Amino acid sequence: MKISFVLNGVSKSLEIADGNTPLLWVIRDILDLKGTKFGCGKAACGACTLHVDGNAIRSCSYPIQLVEGKQITTIEGLGNEENPHPVQQAWIEEIVPQCGYCQPGFMMATAALLDKNPNPTDEDIDNAITNVCRCATYYRMRKAIHRAAELNAEINPNTDVQNS
Amino acid sequence: MSKKKISRRKFLVRGGLGAIGVLAVGTYVFRNPIRRGIAGALNTGDTPYMGNTSSPIIWFEVTSDNNIILHSPKVEMGQGTFTGLAQMAADELEVSMEQMQVVHANSISGNMDGFATGGSTSISTLWIPLRELAATMREMIKNEAAAKMGTTAEKLSISNGVFSSEGKTMTFAEAVKDVAEWEIPDTPVLKDLKKYKFIGKPIPRVDLKDKVFGTPMYGMDATLPDMLFGSVVRPTAIGAKFIDADISKAENMPGVVKIVKEKDFVGVIANSQTEAENAKNAIEAQWEVERTWQTSDIEAMIAVGEGEPFVIQKEGSAKSILEDSEDTIISEYKSPIGAHAQLEPNGALAFVEENKATIMMSTQVVKITRDEIADRIGLDSDQVNIVPTFLGGGFGRRLHTPNGIQAAVLSKAVGKPVKCFFTRKEEFQNDTFRPPTHHVLKATLDTEGMIEAIEHNVSSGDVAFGSPMLPSIAEPILGADLGAWRGGMIQYGGIPNYRTISWRKKLPFATSWWRSLGLLANTFAVESFMDELAIAAKKNPVEFRLAQIQDDDRGFRLKEVIKAAAEKSGYTEEVIDGRAMGFAASTDVNTPCAQVAEVSIENNQIKVHKVTCAMDPGLAVNPDQVRAQCEGSIIMGMSASMFEKMEVEDGELTPTIYGPYQMATMRNTPKEIDVVLLQNSDVPGAVGEPPLGPIGASVANAVFRLTGQRLREMPLKLG
Repeated sequence: MKISFVLNGVSKSLEIADGNTPLLWVIRDILDLKGTKFGCGKAACGACTLHVDGNAIRSCSYPIQLVEGKQITTIEGLGNEENPHPVQQAWIEEIVPQCGYCQPGFMMATAALLDKNPNPTDEDIDNAITNVCRCATYYRMRKAIHRAAELNAEINPNTDVQNS
Repeated sequence: MSKKKISRRKFLVRGGLGAIGVLAVGTYVFRNPIRRGIAGALNTGDTPYMGNTSSPIIWFEVTSDNNIILHSPKVEMGQGTFTGLAQMAADELEVSMEQMQVVHANSISGNMDGFATGGSTSISTLWIPLRELAATMREMIKNEAAAKMGTTAEKLSISNGVFSSEGKTMTFAEAVKDVAEWEIPDTPVLKDLKKYKFIGKPIPRVDLKDKVFGTPMYGMDATLPDMLFGSVVRPTAIGAKFIDADISKAENMPGVVKIVKEKDFVGVIANSQTEAENAKNAIEAQWEVERTWQTSDIEAMIAVGEGEPFVIQKEGSAKSILEDSEDTIISEYKSPIGAHAQLEPNGALAFVEENKATIMMSTQVVKITRDEIADRIGLDSDQVNIVPTFLGGGFGRRLHTPNGIQAAVLSKAVGKPVKCFFTRKEEFQNDTFRPPTHHVLKATLDTEGMIEAIEHNVSSGDVAFGSPMLPSIAEPILGADLGAWRGGMIQYGGIPNYRTISWRKKLPFATSWWRSLGLLANTFAVESFMDELAIAAKKNPVEFRLAQIQDDDRGFRLKEVIKAAAEKSGYTEEVIDGRAMGFAASTDVNTPCAQVAEVSIENNQIKVHKVTCAMDPGLAVNPDQVRAQCEGSIIMGMSASMFEKMEVEDGELTPTIYGPYQMATMRNTPKEIDVVLLQNSDVPGAVGEPPLGPIGASVANAVFRLTGQRLREMPLKLG
């Protein structure tokens, strides 16, 4: 089947044999973007988190046929060194990563959270950020999430911070 | 730069099993001098670096844009090793941190670690050799610059990789251009510690930005042109031996290129990951299983008293005192089977050609991986190039790498690159688990309420024994499994009578190295028992510990972290606003660590609000990364102590997925982790494992103060 979607701002059109193929493997093995990781294959760890139409999705369990006409963003499209996303900037300031493998998934989940909830409480973070990090960098991640909310507010001073 | 003739002059290599006498805890530790030597080296961290330190040019590369690439024989699995090594090299090379890049050395480069990345030894074992290599490289480049500038080396000053003399300048890159032959000078005297600009500073990680922008290559990210995907059928039952497989259904499935049946496994090669998995699931494999194991069988096997005891530490006459007294206090503790659960599954990308093979993968044992693969596919070791990648977590799991062999066998069968990985279920069922343990502790108190005699019996599945890293000949020499007893010796050398006894258990599933080895369970048992004794003696648990530590350097450093943790946390035995504090301390290798956990009970669940951690790793090459290791280790240690447990049900290890394998995540993370860093030694010691030690006992001790319940089994659950 033919599938068309927008990946990190670029239109893609692919012929896929099996529409049930997880989006993760299409992104990694066909489109060669390796920042989105495989951790469990059962949507249990969040290493494969990316955005579909702005929502955080665990792509290991998301069939490719569902992305027809949608916008996908991966860690490679979130920001870059010249123009980092506030979440990435906060991650750098707090020196969060250790092994780093799960970090793209956490940053994508955090970016989606801040889109909907610009100033999350600790409880909001606990409820929304349920990914697994075996190095257990959670302590710095929590700080970085709050820092990213601050950076967002500095960039968009006119956006009402709803929860504060 | 050109690399040609190398002088035969060698660097000073720091080696041997020195400093045997430094094992200060106990006048008797092992009867046999070899055992004592190895035990001493392991306990003091005074182990040598086992790799090539004879030539700087396999370590450093000067790029044309005047940067330095450090080819690291140690792999980066999260502990910040690349950053620490870069700081050490930059300071002696006289370049800036911005000029330093660190990459994994390929095995064919000749810069290969002969042992492993693990045991919290990367920075400490390279502390002297790497700085000597960097200083020597600097002198070699300086000599070339002096010749080209028509001056003498003494007249050159260096800053940020640029030489200058009398108004003229020359970069490192210009100096090394067209050098065909290097003369290696005598090893220069290292700089005074005070002169270092980067060592000792909280420099951001060298891999920080790459990891934030998603660009580093892990084993699973490796690709080669024309790459195919492999998948291997793995057993679900404990002890299953592969007999045969019916591949008739799988053979004709979409995308299948070939099915490979070997004597010990069967695997599929297909055009995509999904097709390989689907075909694998259609293979009907036959396994021989001798026995259907249950958790209760394993618990019975692991009990102290079963099998042969081995005394590893003895002072005074603990045995007779404890046997004769009517007031002997006895407690038992248990820890469960633990999984590594590292996020990146094991696997490899292998490309086996006629006379060579390239293997890209996450491994902690480059040399063992290389030699095992070469042996299986019939090549010489130097025909196999291991290309190490970043590790998506190590924690000891990648000290066993048969996954590399399987990828190589599949690649050889089709003559193309094949990438082959475990599923998560396969990871959980084919892990090299942290062994379950059982501890029996006994003690008597004297009339002053101090410990008169204490004994720790630890029964554990194998950790070091049975590992490819330890030749089987080492087992009878060592007698007791050094991984199983790690952290299990009595660290209070002021007690007049004590002994530690190790009981070895061979379990029917693979058990092995798990971050901090026996430290996690042993400290939980011993430090919970210390709390019980302090309560029995009606003494403050901090003062009770301090009063029973010997007066030597090791004792001094332990006392200092205990005092620092107590002071910084404001330790009290009182329950205030529904919160209690628990205290525990450990000494792992040469790094003492004390922790105070502040705990409440919410909805009958233990909640950890704050952890204060005082640790003395000696000189902290990068204090920020030492703090990061403390923070991560505390949460990982909480996870193992409070949540994690593998069960054996009807012959299979379970659970097989995150979630059911419960772990500490964001919601369990303490809101405050206060790390106090002491540096009462001018050489770097272990960092990546020691802070895992005290957390289990400090939480359990706090729970007792709060509820009166003494939790003697991990994972900690309120009754």
